[in-house]
Amino acid sequence: MTKRYGEKVAVDDLTFSVAPGIVTGFLGPNGAGKSTTMRLILGLDAPSKGAVRINGCSYRDLSAPLHEVGAMLEARAIHTGRSAYNHLLALAQTHGIPRGRVEEVIELVGLGEVARKRVGSFSLGMGQRLGVAAALLGDPATVILDEPANGLDPEGIQWIRNLLKGLAAEGRTVFLSSHLMSEMSQTADHLIVIGRGRLIADTSVTEFVRRASSDANVRVRSPRADELREVLTRRKMAVQSIEEGLLEVSGLTGEQIGEIALEARIVISELTPHQASLEEAFMSLTGDSVEYRASTGENGETEIVGAAA
Amino acid sequence: MSAIEQTLTAAATPKRRAFTGRVTQRHVIRSEWTKLWSLRSTRWSLLFAVIAMAGLGVLIAAVSMGRWSHLSPHDRATFDSIDRSLGGYHLAQLAIGVLGVLVISGEYSTGMIRSSLMAVPRRLPVLWAKIAVFASVTFVLMLASAFVAFFGAQAILTEHHVNVTLSHPHALRTLVGTVLFMTVTGILCVALGTIIRSTAGAIATFAGLLFVLPGINDILPSSLSNAINPYLPSSAGAAIASAVPDAHTLSPWTGFAVYCGYTLALLALAAYLLVRRDA
Repeated sequence: MTKRYGEKVAVDDLTFSVAPGIVTGFLGPNGAGKSTTMRLILGLDAPSKGAVRINGCSYRDLSAPLHEVGAMLEARAIHTGRSAYNHLLALAQTHGIPRGRVEEVIELVGLGEVARKRVGSFSLGMGQRLGVAAALLGDPATVILDEPANGLDPEGIQWIRNLLKGLAAEGRTVFLSSHLMSEMSQTADHLIVIGRGRLIADTSVTEFVRRASSDANVRVRSPRADELREVLTRRKMAVQSIEEGLLEVSGLTGEQIGEIALEARIVISELTPHQASLEEAFMSLTGDSVEYRASTGENGETEIVGAAA
Repeated sequence: MSAIEQTLTAAATPKRRAFTGRVTQRHVIRSEWTKLWSLRSTRWSLLFAVIAMAGLGVLIAAVSMGRWSHLSPHDRATFDSIDRSLGGYHLAQLAIGVLGVLVISGEYSTGMIRSSLMAVPRRLPVLWAKIAVFASVTFVLMLASAFVAFFGAQAILTEHHVNVTLSHPHALRTLVGTVLFMTVTGILCVALGTIIRSTAGAIATFAGLLFVLPGINDILPSSLSNAINPYLPSSAGAAIASAVPDAHTLSPWTGFAVYCGYTLALLALAAYLLVRRDA
């Protein structure tokens, strides 16, 4: 499908499918079109070309959408003047979902004590929990979450990870977006990576990690670093001196380096696999497609979110 | 083997909950009822409208009686006991209109609209439910307040025997008409809020249509303004809310029909845009 906003193409001829029973991660830098894609899935925006099918049905044609798809969007979609309980109750009533279920999801996300407070007074993390509660309200077969880890504390992140894995284990389709690879690698089974609205990769996480770690480096610290360097260079290994006594070796595992050093009787004081981290692998994959790059910052931290994000 | 197969089957069809509701217009109306009453701004606006509608007419009656001896004979002769008692509607209508806009623009400004439309992706049931709930609440509350105003004011007006009863020609029509005018104004404002989506923009348009347009018309050459005046939304709608019609206005029910026509046109546009636009 394709989505244009005026001249700007937010999603460009993107095609993929998401399978039930696993967690599928939707990955891309800010402004890559993740949120737009989710809005297209949920019938909030109409695609300029193409279509989204949920079990063969367009979202707008679902007679009980909350039972089919539970979604949380990145931007808050909650009236700040209403209490969490009333917000969920109003949503539940559109489907005739009983009050008992509202109380159940409130307990499930741990908002029991603040359920009667106005949402406007909620912290970011509490807002996220309420978003998750709304997504789970209809006990949906498919769960779609946009950046669910945003604003959660470490405990909350752990909680949502387990929750999502549990949902997938129950046979549900779980689809979540993130711009953080590290977060995805711990939650997702499958990855869909996009950049500038185009599909970059559609692969399992294991495959992605394998590809990423094939260019992993190992850092070796040794009092006799120069000698070790010679030994390794003789074996045609790429070795780089980082500083006095510290080498970076690529193409060998730490184990192999250890053995080589032992053969050469060189003492090693430190041996660290320096993963060209998943984050770096992800960045090299999407490097050309980052929509907005901060003019002074070095990477991610200071990105400006585009209108399409 | 059978164990594996079982797991796979179980995984393919998650255990589904007992509740199997679906979206119906009735369900959406119940949802909108909850939404309306669960906001503090709604309760305050409605309270304000009730106090204005029920109280202002009584206050005006009391002031008029107190100053009766200072009134000119002409003022006394043309004193309209019905319109005076229902005079609070001008203020109440402002609160109703603002609330009508907020019913939908508040969802756009907070992002709530996305939750609403995800739950009801066909969208139109949301608009119809908002109108049904808001219009009934407005009608019932304003009708009760109008009766309070009418009987309260008439009781005070007995002092100088200018009181009328409900059986007086035009009394009941004016009372119910005033409430209908306010109710339709509320619907018109829901439509404006849907079309314009921003609270400030929609309220400005509402004020422009009802309060500014007459002022602009007044400064036109009188031959022109007299021809236009009956068809202005404010004059057409107000025709039914007045016992003694002003010059250059339509008859009560004709005027009301014209006002309903404007509202329906805006509502059709609102419905079209709600379905067609990205949320």
